[in-house]
Amino acid sequence: MDLATILAILDATMRSATPLLFACLAGLFSERAGIFDIGLEGKLLISAFFSASIAATTGSVWIGLLAGIASSLVMSGIHGVASITFRGNQLISGVALNFLASGITVVVGESWFGLGGRTPQLEGAARFQPIELPFTGALSGVPVIGPVYAELISGHTILVYLGILAVAMTWWTLYRTRFGLRLRAVGENPESVDTAGVSVLRLRYTAIVITGVLCGLGGAYLSTGLAAGFVKEMSAGRGFIALAALIFAKWRPWYALMACLLFGFLEAVGNRFQNIEFLGINVPTQFMQALPYILTVVILAGFVGKAIPPRAGGQPYVKER
Amino acid sequence: MTKLPPWVDIVVIPLISLLLALIVSGLVIVYIGENPFEAISIMVNGAVGSAYGWGYTLYYATNFIFTGLAVAVAYQARLFNIGGEGQAAIGGLGVALVCLALPWPHWTIALVAATIGGAVFGAAWAAIPAYLQAKRGSHIVITTIMFNFIASALMVYLLVNVLKKPGSMSPETARFPEGAFLPNAYDMFWWLGFSRSAPLNITFFVAILCCVLVYLLIWRTRLGYEIRAFGQSESAAVYAGINPVRITMITMLISGGLAGLMGINAVMGEAERLVTDPVQGAGFVGIAVALMGRNHPVGVFLAGLLFGMLYQGGGELEFEIPAVSREMILVIQALVILFTGALDNMVRMPFEALFSRLRKAEG
Repeated sequence: MDLATILAILDATMRSATPLLFACLAGLFSERAGIFDIGLEGKLLISAFFSASIAATTGSVWIGLLAGIASSLVMSGIHGVASITFRGNQLISGVALNFLASGITVVVGESWFGLGGRTPQLEGAARFQPIELPFTGALSGVPVIGPVYAELISGHTILVYLGILAVAMTWWTLYRTRFGLRLRAVGENPESVDTAGVSVLRLRYTAIVITGVLCGLGGAYLSTGLAAGFVKEMSAGRGFIALAALIFAKWRPWYALMACLLFGFLEAVGNRFQNIEFLGINVPTQFMQALPYILTVVILAGFVGKAIPPRAGGQPYVKER
Repeated sequence: MTKLPPWVDIVVIPLISLLLALIVSGLVIVYIGENPFEAISIMVNGAVGSAYGWGYTLYYATNFIFTGLAVAVAYQARLFNIGGEGQAAIGGLGVALVCLALPWPHWTIALVAATIGGAVFGAAWAAIPAYLQAKRGSHIVITTIMFNFIASALMVYLLVNVLKKPGSMSPETARFPEGAFLPNAYDMFWWLGFSRSAPLNITFFVAILCCVLVYLLIWRTRLGYEIRAFGQSESAAVYAGINPVRITMITMLISGGLAGLMGINAVMGEAERLVTDPVQGAGFVGIAVALMGRNHPVGVFLAGLLFGMLYQGGGELEFEIPAVSREMILVIQALVILFTGALDNMVRMPFEALFSRLRKAEG
């Protein structure tokens, strides 16, 4: 394998990892606050749809992005009302929202565009374009570093860089701010937060809003950055891979980045090679697709370092009366 | 908290939730610019207005009863089995392997063997998440979701590389031998006007039998009592000498087996060959069916019929009004799950307030 191939795969890894990363961080905020969210998939999908359709009609990807985030926030809001206010089952709410996204994106898309659930092809300002970082030209003559800089580090859309930035900001928020401390506490022991006079409901709603915004960014990247338009079911299980990555990372931001890069790498390798020879054994591509899930089950089984979720996860909070 | 009378809990609240789901779905149809009342009459007519419609409605209902029972049984032990999709697919694999293994002399023998094959394979696919939940405390919701994806990758691999009929372009097995063909609605009830192509087959009666057996198991046996006790309170059950590992394993094996039985309907009864996705989302519909049916076999049966009507009627809807795409079914399904499941308290709370006020007024 030569440098160009390796770089192409790593470049694809960055692009595949970005939507996973946004969804994974989104899940992190929600689950750290004690709200299970298996509706990440649906939020990615609905945001992908609304970003692409509004970008297609207005011609501006930024307005599209806002629409995507707004649609994802609506889904978050429903999840919040169901699981926080009405103390419903968070898993069931997530299942429902995933179906809702699968259905509504095609029903509305067909009604708006009549293209069998697709949006029109996005071009120019209706899509996020790659950004050429400075010094790409100056470094191009340098061996190894030049191509690495040009292929791997430079030349992504702004959302890819925003994704990396979001990891740092998540870490800082979670571990260096008062809000972060309270957020972590509300997912472990909401009674203590309540006793300290801080509103459990407000903290959880705030977490869910952040989840909605992050999923919105991830979904917008899918349809306006990675692809040039919306196709039905285009999230293709990424919300669940993100959930897997979150468990893999044991609900920690920097590890989430690593897990998403790993799963993105698996996707990139699986897309590039139909069959992979590994130590003389022919590894089928379906195995590569299933690998994130298999790894997560192994981690969950606790044979390689046990993954312990936030303690109050999934339980609605009932204030003492 | 006020205890509601059973008729409110079992009849009124689910009906109001269903009504709310239909109202919101109707608003979506209005938004698209179509008439919701016309849509609903097309759906009902398409689902139950003809023998042709019934042939599909009851076929879908059979699938949903199996997957619904799977969710319901697991829920009695408060285990949320979201892996019906994967268990049913692997169950279908088991059914196909049985059907292809021998030149079956008669469908009755083949049906018995395929039932065992489907149940064993479905149960096996539930066994690992069950073991991990029981022994290692891994959250069964997450592991069963993961196993759905692993199952779908496995099915594609097997059909592309191992089981594909030689010389065929599409990833599917050879057609099953003739002795494994189940009698369909036309063979049995042609005098009721079913069409020759009706997918409804004898498996429908197997599904009804399963409803009865699940009822007997859960409410009339010692094991069922243990399952329910474990579901109500794990600590109390342990104190009473019930082994939590055993109950978790057994409940999930039964649940996976029931999901796997869907394969006899979809794979053996309808397709008569194995394709990569024989389940087509029915595993997830089972969640909605169990929720609507309050995890009781009778409720699951009725909710299964309702969703069968929804699926068949939704197909007709797209045919009659092309502006409303088939995915409208998913929207209605999502709203039913949302209102009957997640937003249950929204409908319940006003009733509880009402009844507690009534009781105060009386006493």
